Amino acid sequence: MNWKRASIAAATAAPVIALFAWGLTRDPNSIPSPLPGREAPTFALAVFAPGQGDLARPVGDTVRLDALRGKVVVLNFWASWCLACRDEHEVLSEVARGYAGKPVQFLGVLYNDVPDKGTAWIAEMGGQSYPSVDDPGARVAIDYGLYGVPETFFLDASGRVAYKYTGPVTAGIVRLKVDSLMAAAQPATPTAPAAAPAEAAGPANKTGSDK
Amino acid sequence: MTRLREAARAMGGLAVVVMLTAGASRAQAPALPAAPQGAPQDSGALRVQVQGSLTDVQKNDPALEAATKEVASQLRCPVCQGVSIQDSPSELAQQMRTAVKEQLAAGKSGEQVKDYFISKYGEWILLEPKAAGFNMLVYALPALLVLGGGVMLVFLVKKWTAAPAGSAAPTAGDDD
Repeated sequence: MNWKRASIAAATAAPVIALFAWGLTRDPNSIPSPLPGREAPTFALAVFAPGQGDLARPVGDTVRLDALRGKVVVLNFWASWCLACRDEHEVLSEVARGYAGKPVQFLGVLYNDVPDKGTAWIAEMGGQSYPSVDDPGARVAIDYGLYGVPETFFLDASGRVAYKYTGPVTAGIVRLKVDSLMAAAQPATPTAPAAAPAEAAGPANKTGSDK
Repeated sequence: MTRLREAARAMGGLAVVVMLTAGASRAQAPALPAAPQGAPQDSGALRVQVQGSLTDVQKNDPALEAATKEVASQLRCPVCQGVSIQDSPSELAQQMRTAVKEQLAAGKSGEQVKDYFISKYGEWILLEPKAAGFNMLVYALPALLVLGGGVMLVFLVKKWTAAPAGSAAPTAGDDD
């Protein structure tokens, strides 16, 4: 055996094999969002599904993100045709109910769907505790760099995107993120709108199972 | 004559390397119209809800349409595989195309519109990565491979042609 030739071949092949091996560890469908850490894109969207109890807002009411400054905002993009959205619906509704009266706003955003179908879907799923707004033309979805549903954005009290979750969220993730953002906001909110650390909630991008 | 044959062999070998490398580069290029179309999750919502600030004149403006096509063909459809928003029939791609058109109509340049989408989706949204920084590797690698192949070929040809010259010299014109 020509050891010199074999070692040259091995040295040439090693980086290629290493590159392929690294590629196998990555999810090709995962697209890291550049938004976490940045100012959340503002919007003014009309409520089509009011929510329940203390969390309710009247149908037709315009929700402006600017008006939610000082609150942690959980923005969940969903659609009635999205199967994975069924998995997280009850979780989100229940967790949101637990934060009633606290400076947290849960908001559903209907993505590429019609409000009538969205309303029927909510009724079929047994109701939704927090309001949902319509996003005609998916303008806000594009502003948030959406590429599928469900996707959930956690905005801190200073109006920055702190975290993005792709796929159906779990109660543990929502509580963890919301609690940490609330804790980070507490010293800043009463006086000055100092920039709350966007990294407070841990890693900024997480990809779930769906797209 | 022998030198001529050597040169011809070398050129032939180099051509093969160049063709193989060029083929590999083309294989890496994004597939355009033939790629699978449409977003599966859009199937339940076929109603397109396009709203915008375009006037009727702008909607039918051929110059604006051409500019939109140029920018849209450089942006990747997020719910497809390697297809631009210009070529994809998916609902999101249509909405993104409308957003491109609206921004161009509002006076933004093509670069500014692309920067807007990069700020939302990252550089991933560009079908062709920018030729800067680490991305330069994508553009430089094919050329480096051709160069490396050429150098290797020259060495090999020299080696192949050196051995017979030492032992049994071929007669002139034996393979013509």
